[in-house]
Amino acid sequence: MDFNTVIQLLDSTLRLATPLLFACLAGLFSERAGIFDIGLEGKMLAAAFFSAAVAAMTGSAWIGLLAGCAASMVLAAIHGLASITFRGNQLISGVAINFLAAGLTVLIGDSWFELGGRTPSLEGAARFQNLTLPFADSLSGIPVFGPLYSQVLSGHTILVYLGLLAVPATWYILFRTRFGLRLRAVGENPAAVDTAGISVVGLRFAAVIICGLLCGLAGAYLATGLSAGFVKDMSAGRGFIALAALIFAKWRPWYALSACLLFGLLDALGNRFQSIEVFGATLPTQFMQALPYILTVVILAGFVGKAIPPRAGGEPYVKER
Amino acid sequence: MDTMPKWADVALIPFINLALALIVSGIVIALIGENPFQAMSIMIKGAVGSAYGWGYTLYYATNFIFTGLAVAVAFHARLFNIGGEGQAALGGLGVALVCMSVPWPHWTLALPATIIGSALFGAAWAAIPAWLQAKRGSHIVITTIMFNFIASALMVYLLVNVLKVPGSMAPETARFAEGTRLPAAASFAGWLGFGKSAPLNVAFFLALACCVGVWVLIWRTRLGYEIRAFGQSEAAAVYAGISPVRIIMITMLISGGLSGMMAVNAVQGEAERLIIDAVQGAGFVGIAVALMGRSHPLGVFLAAILFGILYQGGAELEFEIPAISREMIVVIQALVILFTGALDNMVRTPVERLFLRLRRKAA
Repeated sequence: MDFNTVIQLLDSTLRLATPLLFACLAGLFSERAGIFDIGLEGKMLAAAFFSAAVAAMTGSAWIGLLAGCAASMVLAAIHGLASITFRGNQLISGVAINFLAAGLTVLIGDSWFELGGRTPSLEGAARFQNLTLPFADSLSGIPVFGPLYSQVLSGHTILVYLGLLAVPATWYILFRTRFGLRLRAVGENPAAVDTAGISVVGLRFAAVIICGLLCGLAGAYLATGLSAGFVKDMSAGRGFIALAALIFAKWRPWYALSACLLFGLLDALGNRFQSIEVFGATLPTQFMQALPYILTVVILAGFVGKAIPPRAGGEPYVKER
Repeated sequence: MDTMPKWADVALIPFINLALALIVSGIVIALIGENPFQAMSIMIKGAVGSAYGWGYTLYYATNFIFTGLAVAVAFHARLFNIGGEGQAALGGLGVALVCMSVPWPHWTLALPATIIGSALFGAAWAAIPAWLQAKRGSHIVITTIMFNFIASALMVYLLVNVLKVPGSMAPETARFAEGTRLPAAASFAGWLGFGKSAPLNVAFFLALACCVGVWVLIWRTRLGYEIRAFGQSEAAAVYAGISPVRIIMITMLISGGLSGMMAVNAVQGEAERLIIDAVQGAGFVGIAVALMGRSHPLGVFLAAILFGILYQGGAELEFEIPAISREMIVVIQALVILFTGALDNMVRTPVERLFLRLRRKAA
């Protein structure tokens, strides 16, 4: 592998890690507040469809982004209604949302565009364009740092940078604000939060809606940044990889960034090479695809550091006993 | 004291949930500019209006009985086995290996072997998540989801690199030999009008036997009692000397085995070869079926028939009204899971209140 290949790999790693990162941070907010969310995939898919569809109709990627986020937040609200208001099973609700998104996107897409569930290809302002960071051209001559800056870091859509900024923002909100402290508390011990006179329901709904917003960004990036339009099932398990990254990251924002970059790199490697030779053994591409899931199982098994979820996760809160 | 009579719990509430799911589905159909009543009648006519329709409806239902029972058994121990998809895929591998490794003279000899093979492979795929849950406390929902993806990658790898017919492009095994082919409906129930194309086969009776078997297991054996006790209260079960590790392992092995046996119907009975994605989402339909059927084998059977009707009717619907794509089934399935599983309390609480008020009036 020469230096150029490495640069290209890192470049696509950043691209492919971005949807994972948004979805992973989305799950972080939700699960830190005690609401399990295996519906990240569905919310992302719905957002991808609606952002692409609305962008195709209006010609504006930004209006598409709003529509995508709105769709994702509606699904998040359904999840909140089921798991907070009606104290239903959060996992079952997540499964339902995944199917709802998988079915509705194709059904509505087919009815609107008659392209078998796809949206028309997006061009021009209907897609997010790549930005060139300042001095990218003049710095590109510097060895190592130059290509890293001008080719890996520069030249992405604004959503990639937004995703990178979302990491410190999430860290700040969760660990340096009153809201964040309460949100984490509600995922560990909701009764204590309730006793302090703070609304458990309100906090959990806030977390679930933030989760919807971030999944919306993930989906919009997928359809209007990474590719040019929506195709059936385009999230392709990324919501579950994000969930895996969340566990891998032990529910922490900075770890989430590294986990998503790692899984993004695996994806980039799998896309570029049909098979990879490591220490004389040939790894098939399917192994690379399965690796995020295998790593997550290993982490969950507690052989490499223990992943301990928020204590009240998955438990509906019943006020008076 | 129960707040409402048993019939309300087992029949009225599922009925209201289903009705709500269908009403919302109807609204979705209306929103894309089609007539929901016409769509409904096409679906029902297409699924149960002819022997041809029944041949497919019952074939799909057979798959869903297996996966539905798998989820239901796990539910009794309060385990959510979401990995039916992967377990059934591995069951397919078991069936294929059994069918291809021995020159079976007759299907009656091959069938017991493929049942064991599929159940063993399905159970083995459930065993690792079960062991991790029992011994290491890893959340079984997450591990079984991960194992679905790992299974899918594994099956693609095996079909593309190992099991494919040499020289062929298609990632599938060769057709199984004559001696392994299960009799289709045309040969044992041709007098009912089933044609040669009907995929319904003798695996349907295996599914019925599994229903009975699960009923006996859960309500008539000591193990079933222990599974239910564990599901009701782990602390109480431990106090009564029931080992959680043993119950989790056994329950998940049974659950995985039932999922795996789906392959007897889909791989041996219908496709007669192992193809990529032989399960086609049936593992997930099992969740909806188990929720609808209240984890009771009779309920699972009825819900599986219902979903069989949905799947076959949905195919007919797409044929008759091209504007409504096949994904409508997925939407209905999602709504059924949502209303019967996640939003159950939305219906249950008002109904319970209603019965309480009626009782107070009567007293």
